[in-house]
Amino acid sequence: MGNEEEMQKIIDYSGREFRYVGTRTVRPDGFDKVTGRANFGADFTANGMLFGAVVRSPHAHAKIKSINVDKALKLDGVKAVITGKDFPKLDVNDKMVGEVVVSYYDMGNNVIAREKVFYDGHAVAAVAATSQEVANAAARLVEVEYDVLKPVMSIAAATKKNAPILHKHVRTGGVEPAPTKASNVANRAEFKLGDVDAAFAKADVIIERDYSTQTVHQGYIEPHACVASTTTDGSVTIWCSSQGQFMVRAYVAKLCGIETSRVKVIPAEIGGGFGGKTVVYLEPLAVMLARKAGRPVKMVMNRAEVLRATGPTSGGIARAKVGAKKDGTLVAGEIELTYEAGAFPGSPVALGCMTGFAPYNLTDVRCVGWDVVVNRPKAAAYRAPGAPVAAFAVESALDELAQALDMDPLELRMKNAATEGTQAPYGVKFGRIGYQETLEAARQHPHWSAPLGPNQGRGIASGFWFNIGGTSSAEVMVNEDGTVIVATGNPDIGGSRASMALMAAEVLGIDVARIKPLVADTESVPFSMLTGGSRVTFATGKAVIEAAQDAVDDMRRRAAKMWDVDIDQVEWENGCAVCIESDQHKPLSIADIARKADKTGGAISGKANINATGAGPGFGTHICDVEVDPETGRVTVLRYTAIQDVGKAIHPSYVEGQLQGGAVQGIGWALNEEYVYDQNGTLRNTGFLDYRVPVASDLPMIDTVLVEVPNPGHPYGVRGVGETPIVPPLAAVANAVSRAANRRLADLPISPPRLLAALSKG
Amino acid sequence: MSKHHVSTTINGDPTEFLCDTRQTLLDCLRDELNLTGSKEGCGTGDCGACSVMVDGRLVCSCLMLGVEADGRRIDTIEGVASGDTLHPLQRHFLEEAALQCGICTPGFIVAAKALLEHNPNPTETEVRYWLAGNLCRCTGYDKIIKAVMNAAAEMRGA
Repeated sequence: MGNEEEMQKIIDYSGREFRYVGTRTVRPDGFDKVTGRANFGADFTANGMLFGAVVRSPHAHAKIKSINVDKALKLDGVKAVITGKDFPKLDVNDKMVGEVVVSYYDMGNNVIAREKVFYDGHAVAAVAATSQEVANAAARLVEVEYDVLKPVMSIAAATKKNAPILHKHVRTGGVEPAPTKASNVANRAEFKLGDVDAAFAKADVIIERDYSTQTVHQGYIEPHACVASTTTDGSVTIWCSSQGQFMVRAYVAKLCGIETSRVKVIPAEIGGGFGGKTVVYLEPLAVMLARKAGRPVKMVMNRAEVLRATGPTSGGIARAKVGAKKDGTLVAGEIELTYEAGAFPGSPVALGCMTGFAPYNLTDVRCVGWDVVVNRPKAAAYRAPGAPVAAFAVESALDELAQALDMDPLELRMKNAATEGTQAPYGVKFGRIGYQETLEAARQHPHWSAPLGPNQGRGIASGFWFNIGGTSSAEVMVNEDGTVIVATGNPDIGGSRASMALMAAEVLGIDVARIKPLVADTESVPFSMLTGGSRVTFATGKAVIEAAQDAVDDMRRRAAKMWDVDIDQVEWENGCAVCIESDQHKPLSIADIARKADKTGGAISGKANINATGAGPGFGTHICDVEVDPETGRVTVLRYTAIQDVGKAIHPSYVEGQLQGGAVQGIGWALNEEYVYDQNGTLRNTGFLDYRVPVASDLPMIDTVLVEVPNPGHPYGVRGVGETPIVPPLAAVANAVSRAANRRLADLPISPPRLLAALSKG
Repeated sequence: MSKHHVSTTINGDPTEFLCDTRQTLLDCLRDELNLTGSKEGCGTGDCGACSVMVDGRLVCSCLMLGVEADGRRIDTIEGVASGDTLHPLQRHFLEEAALQCGICTPGFIVAAKALLEHNPNPTETEVRYWLAGNLCRCTGYDKIIKAVMNAAAEMRGA
């Protein structure tokens, strides 16, 4: 993020006509995925493989007094049992400091508990046996003695005086002077511009309110799964579904104390991630079990394990304050966010601070964030991490402001929208962005002016996400028959193979059906950062374009050799090498050149290893109509339109799909989804029956408008699109319900009991 | 504990397997018969990723024991296409981009096929309610509903 100012390569593609980019081709991996042949994480088997099971804590907060594995080991078929003691000792200062701080101490403790357990479902031991049934039985035979501590389940409980302290070493960071006492408040973040107090003094109208949201889960349908195999020389092979095979390699190597080069990770198809598969849970356990048992080990979570022990995103509280002139000009904005980090520090609260006011042109703004540990699973990334809760508060406040000013909420946003040159609260000045264009598209959409009936309301809200670039690799290999393989190191989480093929086709000038994109393992393609941050189509796409260009240059060289002319005389047109000097040479297709490759220097390929900068930020605006049932408190979403500046849609259907899917996850966050814990800190809703994600009958069609304001930082104008769509819906839904119910709904989810309670207040 | 011998018909082929009493039909399909197209998303009948047909009825295979398959006819995602020729539903899922990650897709196709056998001309609402037992977290369902409606229209015309 923050690369908007350093776009080195500005390519003018305005008015450019694309031949393949922007078409709706069938995805190359489609056949396997509609026939059941695609192999996901749990579909792999290894010769002689054992099955693993995890022993999980029934307590939210406890000291581990002892673990006795004797009975488990005696069960027939059990081949290995591991506990935290089998892993290398952790150092509290072992961190990787990058754009986010990764603490290996916390990661190691999260993968398998050492002295303490920090949440219901925390792994304490794992077993491997000859069948899943035996492994499960053995897991029940592992005897763990706990010294149960008082669980700290909420921000309020964690920040109370004399609250039980989760981690003795955690001191509140980001405050001066540095505290000497341990605290559950792990960090404070602040971003500000100008003088916010002086600016509020000049406001005609000030709106201020508290908001709350609950812990929610990414809810990918595929539970975590892997197979690990070790050899006596210390090499490890892992088959697993994840958002990054190189991420798994690095984390497993670190946590298991193995050299990175000895770990090979082969990516399976991934059944959804949304950020939740950017970390490891099972893989280090499977590796240690495999090593101890001397046989490959397969581990697959069940749904309850996924909900109890993997990545939710932070529930949080927010106080938002906005000040404006009578004409709707915003003069000041302030937000204070407090997010649950879960069991270990590291909620995305700073990202919430950076994003909440980013869509608005404000010279005086202050955003403060607090990161608080509680006895819930450690928060993992979830689609635009940190932004939805901040946007919920800011966009609700703007709706309330529009009501106070008797102003159209769309016009209020238009009047204050960030444009090129606007400085965001986190310091960056935006380059060419398309926020206003999304508002204009909303204004023109028939949805915005459609009539509403009784008990119905319409909400509008916007959202921002940075999008990132980063290190990506691509190899383009030309086969003997003129078809082309495009290898990258990024798991295809939502159709990215199709985008890679389309971009390669555009450069090569051949039909997309002649291109086979593949997701390569860690030993078959150079390093690439994981699939996340909405970076793949942008950054890896850029690498694919450069690698394809490299292959084209190679083929021009080969054609020059075949014709015995200078390479400058060979151009690439419509998938053929063309000699510009002489018309006696007939154009050579890729197949013509490939067929003779052995005579011109061997196999033909192109490669690119890049660190992509210039990721263009994404802005979206969503419109939502709801109907409220005053008797039951049920909210029905009647109509929904998601509008976003996508830069350039490489495959429009999959871009629309990102908007639709993100909107629906946001609708679930707004209306249904929440973690429900009892007083002991035990998660009560550990299945999809009670952790209710939206189902088909809950929803209308999700209309989309793809606004294309090209990103100057990408050869084809691509911006990341995947994360922005989950930012606006929380407020879009809440604003619609607030207008339908004629009162402000500031606490999510707006479930029937919560709405009924609000309605009963008269 | 000895295993049970089960004789069944899967995708039209007579099939026998041995299973433990506790194994679900889904476990047997995936682990004993290597038919991994049916997926386990929840194991509690809430997500529909393991949808199969049992004697022509749509069933979550995670809610049925393997031993109960004895003497029955089981149809799975692996039997929906005829060789390399995709079923219209499969084709329309691809044409409409009705899948992103694809983990829920086999269950949706099996469930949608059951719908169209039962009701060749469903309304959008009927499609949405029939598929309410199949969870998709990627697509927001929009393109899935369109794919099913388009496949239904094509099949009615055919």
